Parts: sequence; structure tokens; C-alpha cells
Amino acid sequence: MSATEQDWAPLSRDGMAARAAQDIPEGWYVNLGIGVPTLIGNHIPPEREVILHSENGVLGMGPAPEKHRENPWLINASSQRITLRVGASLVHHADSFAIVRGGHLDLCVLGGFQVAENGDLANWSHSPKEVARQIGGAMDLAVGAKRVWVVMEHVTKDGKPRILRRCSYPLTASACVTRVYTNMAVLDVTPAGFKVVEIIPGMSFSELQARSEAELIR
Amino acid sequence: MIDKFVRSMAEAMDGIRDGAVVMIPGFAEVGAPNALIDGLIEQGAKDLTVVINATGKPRVPGVKVTGFARLVELGRVRKVITSFVRAGSVCGEAVKAGTVVAEVIPQGTLAERIRAAGAGIPAFYTPTGADTLVAEGKEIREYRGRRCVLEEAIHADVALVEAWMADRWGNLVFRGAGRNFNPLVAMAAELTIVQTHHVCDLGQIPAEEVMTPGIFVDRVLHMPVGDPKLPV
Repeated sequence: MSATEQDWAPLSRDGMAARAAQDIPEGWYVNLGIGVPTLIGNHIPPEREVILHSENGVLGMGPAPEKHRENPWLINASSQRITLRVGASLVHHADSFAIVRGGHLDLCVLGGFQVAENGDLANWSHSPKEVARQIGGAMDLAVGAKRVWVVMEHVTKDGKPRILRRCSYPLTASACVTRVYTNMAVLDVTPAGFKVVEIIPGMSFSELQARSEAELIR
Repeated sequence: MIDKFVRSMAEAMDGIRDGAVVMIPGFAEVGAPNALIDGLIEQGAKDLTVVINATGKPRVPGVKVTGFARLVELGRVRKVITSFVRAGSVCGEAVKAGTVVAEVIPQGTLAERIRAAGAGIPAFYTPTGADTLVAEGKEIREYRGRRCVLEEAIHADVALVEAWMADRWGNLVFRGAGRNFNPLVAMAAELTIVQTHHVCDLGQIPAEEVMTPGIFVDRVLHMPVGDPKLPV
């Protein structure tokens, strides 16, 4: 399909982040992964008390610091300087990952390479043969949080689907994803497969299906 | 009188042997015991197994390699247990060349394996990593309906620690997000060596505010090195 025929525009990275942020209610403890998920924090209004966790031992991250007011002892999982909200706490790594692995987070939002219709997630490696292995906290978060949402582009740069029947890349965790926010749609992972919650304006169900390998449910 | 303060880096590093397992905490540069790593480089122990959360950023032309990456560059590291190896980093290159063996595991599993060693727990089951490459060769058992992986404690010969404040008994306080792996590695090693920004009189740190009690600490060196820098 050429660009002139399509009557829709995929969401930007910020658009995806803003869309996911709408669905995070006050009171939740939330971990935002590296990349687009981190942007979600910018779209949660400060008056909504959502408590953000960072794997390096921070509970209650605030907005990015103003220039020249940075505290060199406070960073997030992406090594960016951060602020603390009033009420924040700092813990060591075993406590930080007890928060993650012990099922205490209401939500974690991760980036993804691929999500399968049974909720399998691949987001850390393109091949078992890769020398570089960048696991970090992804496997702990995918297994430990009460809900796992993935924010990612609906297809790869060269147009290959990421919404799949089975992941082809090495898994981060099996059957863990509950919801996916892409630049084209919001999908719930259900026992019957991917259920479409919402499609971007102007795009039809069949156009979305054409960009997904897994069969979508209306 | 108990006095765990040592007066020189040579004294701090004394007795670290070739083949030692060394734990290095820190997250990015925050809480990283960089002065002690330099001391270890100077001290000369080789054939080391290093336990460290992340093994460093890709090389930047013109930027001097320091810290753990320098230890690798000097050929002093045989094995690394870590959660993160990047392509193009000094460690990534060494792994690719086969000169360093990397055991790459989830970050929470790394933290818990260190904590387990300090707490006298030889092994534990966790659902993290089940059905993934990190479960290969490990025992799997189902608990409460979930597949779990058996993970073993990681003991160390030496832990290098960075503290904000310390007293002569080795009671420690960490600053900001600099706590991270520091209290864990202090518990898991035979020999725990601390660099501290500030020296406190005994009793100056209120008992309620001690983050790591001196029982886990062997040597303390006063190193007022200043604030951590953002990595290049």
C-alpha cells in the first residue's frame, strides 16, 4: 500500500507513551523500562500519585532535574539523572528486586522486539549466538510484576510483524504480557489470543490484521 | 580497640590472590568503588573472576579505558558474572575473542545470588529466567504452578565497596542511589574492603541509620573522591 492511499498516521514514540499513560491510575507502583516506556513518566500528570520504581533502588522517582540542579547520586536504570518525589525511598539491590520479583509492582511497562499471542515476550536478544547479552532487569520485571505491558512499534523498520503466533527471538519470559500498545493499536493478550481494544483513527481492522502475523480478535 | 581503618591502598589490597573471586558493586558510576579498582589494578592480582552488574559501555575513541574495563584490557580477568555485556565494550570484545568467559544472568537473580551467599543460603528457586536461555543446564521445578530455576549462591573472596560514611568499627552509610549492590557484596565476601568519602567517630552514625553494620566489613580506607560522574 502506498502512502497516498492510507488515511492514517502511526503514533509517534511520544504518542504511544501518552496513550499508555492514560491507562495508569493513581496509586499504582510502576516500573518503566528503558526507551519509549521511560517517556510514559512525562505523560503522567504530577497530581496523579503514581509511584515510579527504578531497578537501581529508587522508589518514587520525580521529573527530570532542571539543569544545574542535578544530584550526581541520583540516576535511573538508563543512567539518566533524576529527582525524587516527596515521600520517595532508596533501597539496596536485593530489596529493589524483591519489589520486582515478589509481585509488589502493579505494573511494569517494557519495550519489545516481539510479542506472541500467548503473551511470550522477546526483548533482549536477536539470537542465541549473540556475544553481547543485555539482560539487565528485563527477565525479573517480566516475571515479577502483576501486569506487564509492552510498548513497541507494530512492525519492524523493514515492515516485518512483531505481533506473532510464536516469538522467533530468545524469550525474556513466557506467557507474561497482558497488554500491548503499538503505534497502530492497543491489544489485550487473552486466552483466545490478541484482542483489539483500539485502532488508530482511519485504520481498518483488516489493515491492522495485514500488519500482524497472529490472528487478531475483534 | 577495634580499628578497621587502613592507612594506605597497599594495606587495603594486601593478600588478594591470583584466581580470586572479586565483587564490584555500583550502577553506572554511582556507588562504584573506583579508587579500590585502581588499587587492584596496581596490586597486580590476575586470573580473576569478577562479579559486576554491567561490564561497561562501548569504547569511545580517544577516551581512556578505566575501572573494570581497564582490568579486562590488562588481561587480568578470566571470567565475569554479570547481567549486561555490550558489543563493542572492552569486555564484549574480550568475550568475543574468547579471552574472558561471561556468565550473563538476570539482574535480580544476580542480586539474590549474592544476597543468598551472605545469608547462608546455598541455592534457591526463582521463576525468573524459566523458559529462557539462562535456564539452560539448570534444574527446573514447579512451585505454586510456576516453572522455577535453581540458582546457586555466589560467594566471593573479596568485595570492594564504596561508602559515603564509615566509622572505625566499619559501620557504613551509603549516599543516594549509591547503595545498590554495596550492602550485598559486603555480606557475601571473605574480605570486604571499603573506600569511604567521610570518616565518622564511633557513635556519630545513629544506630538506626547504619545501613551496613561493621560485622560485614574488614578494612576501610578514607578516599574522599568526590561526586560520581555521568558515564561518557
